[in-house]
Amino acid sequence: MSFGPHLLLATLEGLVTSAVLALMALGLSLVFGVMRVVNVAHGEFFMLGAVLAWFFSTLVTGHPAIGFLLALVLSPLVVGAVALVSERLVLRRLNYDPEATIVATIGLLYIIQQLALTFYGPEARPVQAPFSIRIALPWFGYSGYKLFVIAASAAMMLATWFVLTRTRAGLVMRATQYDRETAQNFGIPVDRVYAGVFALGAMLAAVAAVLVVPISQAHYLMGLDPLLLSFIVVIIGGLGSLRGTVLAAVLIGVSDGVISVFFSPTLAKMIATLVVAMVLVFRPQGLFGTAPR
Amino acid sequence: MRTDTTGRVVALHLAVIAVLVALLWILPDYHRGVMARVLVLSVFAMGYNLTFGYAGLLSLGHAMFFAAGLYGAGLAAYYPGWSVLPSFAFGIACGGVLALVVGFLALRTTGVAFMIVTMMFSQVFYLTTLYYTTWTRGEEGLVLGTDLRTVSLGAATLELWEPTTRYLVAVGLFSVVFLATMAIARAPFGRILIAIRENEERMRMLGYDVHRAKLKAMVLSGLFCAAAGAAYALLFGYVGSSFASIQYSILPLLWVLLGGAATTLGPLFGTVFMFYVVDVTSGYTSAWLLVVGVALILLVLFFPKGVFGTIRERWLKWLP
Repeated sequence: MSFGPHLLLATLEGLVTSAVLALMALGLSLVFGVMRVVNVAHGEFFMLGAVLAWFFSTLVTGHPAIGFLLALVLSPLVVGAVALVSERLVLRRLNYDPEATIVATIGLLYIIQQLALTFYGPEARPVQAPFSIRIALPWFGYSGYKLFVIAASAAMMLATWFVLTRTRAGLVMRATQYDRETAQNFGIPVDRVYAGVFALGAMLAAVAAVLVVPISQAHYLMGLDPLLLSFIVVIIGGLGSLRGTVLAAVLIGVSDGVISVFFSPTLAKMIATLVVAMVLVFRPQGLFGTAPR
Repeated sequence: MRTDTTGRVVALHLAVIAVLVALLWILPDYHRGVMARVLVLSVFAMGYNLTFGYAGLLSLGHAMFFAAGLYGAGLAAYYPGWSVLPSFAFGIACGGVLALVVGFLALRTTGVAFMIVTMMFSQVFYLTTLYYTTWTRGEEGLVLGTDLRTVSLGAATLELWEPTTRYLVAVGLFSVVFLATMAIARAPFGRILIAIRENEERMRMLGYDVHRAKLKAMVLSGLFCAAAGAAYALLFGYVGSSFASIQYSILPLLWVLLGGAATTLGPLFGTVFMFYVVDVTSGYTSAWLLVVGVALILLVLFFPKGVFGTIRERWLKWLP
């Protein structure tokens, strides 16, 4: 295969990564934007979503699409419920103190990871893709499911954008993000908004996970890498900026894909992490964000 | 007020060291081995406590300072075959230089951003140890033979792998860092760090160079952590990249929180306690991550000051 098609393949692979990453980072960004909470357990919600997707897909027999759809509906709901419970039991009692919540979500990370290891086991298990169409390009065939992932992620992002900017729930969320106390004075139930946002953030990670399991398998340690990558995306995109998050996810995903094809993936990760750390040091508001008030 | 408590404080710290030395004859072999490891790791915790407890800097990247000491000493002993003392010194120097560079960059940020930046630098360090796997052998790690861990001082030879010597060397290193922490906590510098933690803006208004004080704390903390790492490599003869992973940035946080942040005795207590909790529970279940996770959440919910923080608040106000 010559250089051009090779690059196209790398870009497509990068776009698939971007699609998953954007959904996950959006969840992280929402939680940070509205609640000012850095959710270190976000990667574990992703992992939990993937493991549950495997579990639900084994419950039914027949066409793989049935199991996949079941997982796509149930897995985010269960993950959302877990997030809701942990928010009520732990984060709320800490009064959303930034440092205490970091420590608490680290604790949550370990608990979820250990429970997954105990009940799911150390193996990596695949979920069958709902359909197996190969799109024939002139140079190589490409999995139709991967293109579906890109489309599904784009649709989810659009839906989130619509909810945030065009509905009452979104208005309430943005008001809480803008000024918590004034929002409370206007009768917005800030407490419940926080619970909802935390659950929603976890659900976005779970949707991303369900989409990704047919491509890469479900494993109890799969949460850490996407967590670091979503931190990177959220920082580059500017915390709390939806457009920035999407742009940054595409930038990071595609460059990660392209660099990993031509160089070692470890080197790619090293360079990306170092660059982002430098961005955070010298431009804390991110590349696309504006300085905080 | 200060002269009043100096005698008590020094006596308490010397008593703790005396108890640790006495344990050499009391403890059975197995626990002596465990305690040697715990003492080295509590040096790591004391280094972490300096920035997290006293200066109030929540870092999630201290594994890189520990690992810098570990690799600095380990690689210097393994490849050019340096003897123990130069390797140890080199390991500490690596940690100090790394802390200076990372501190200089990361201290431009505060709060959550500082945590993320330190975590990322540490992740880069971890990936570097994996990338140069031909040299470091990655997760599998290098094993330092006993000949590399023997010190000859004139006529005497010190075999660091021999359990009694190993325990005493660990106590020695612990004592040095323990007393240094005590001195720092009571010195004007320690009080400046605490004041920065409580109100950074006010300290700046009062004319203190806040950035410089924090950088100094980072470098000292890096030196302590690297000393622990270098000692670990030379005493236990194993150098592997798992020590650079994010888990080893979280563990000192747990130890310090449990024992009490910004107390001199807290890191020792937290490390000993957590080590034995994991040791005992791993007899019943392999779910030690669960223990760590639950401990972190319970601590931060119900016991945020830790054991010695609470003791100081309730009864012994003079504890440093």
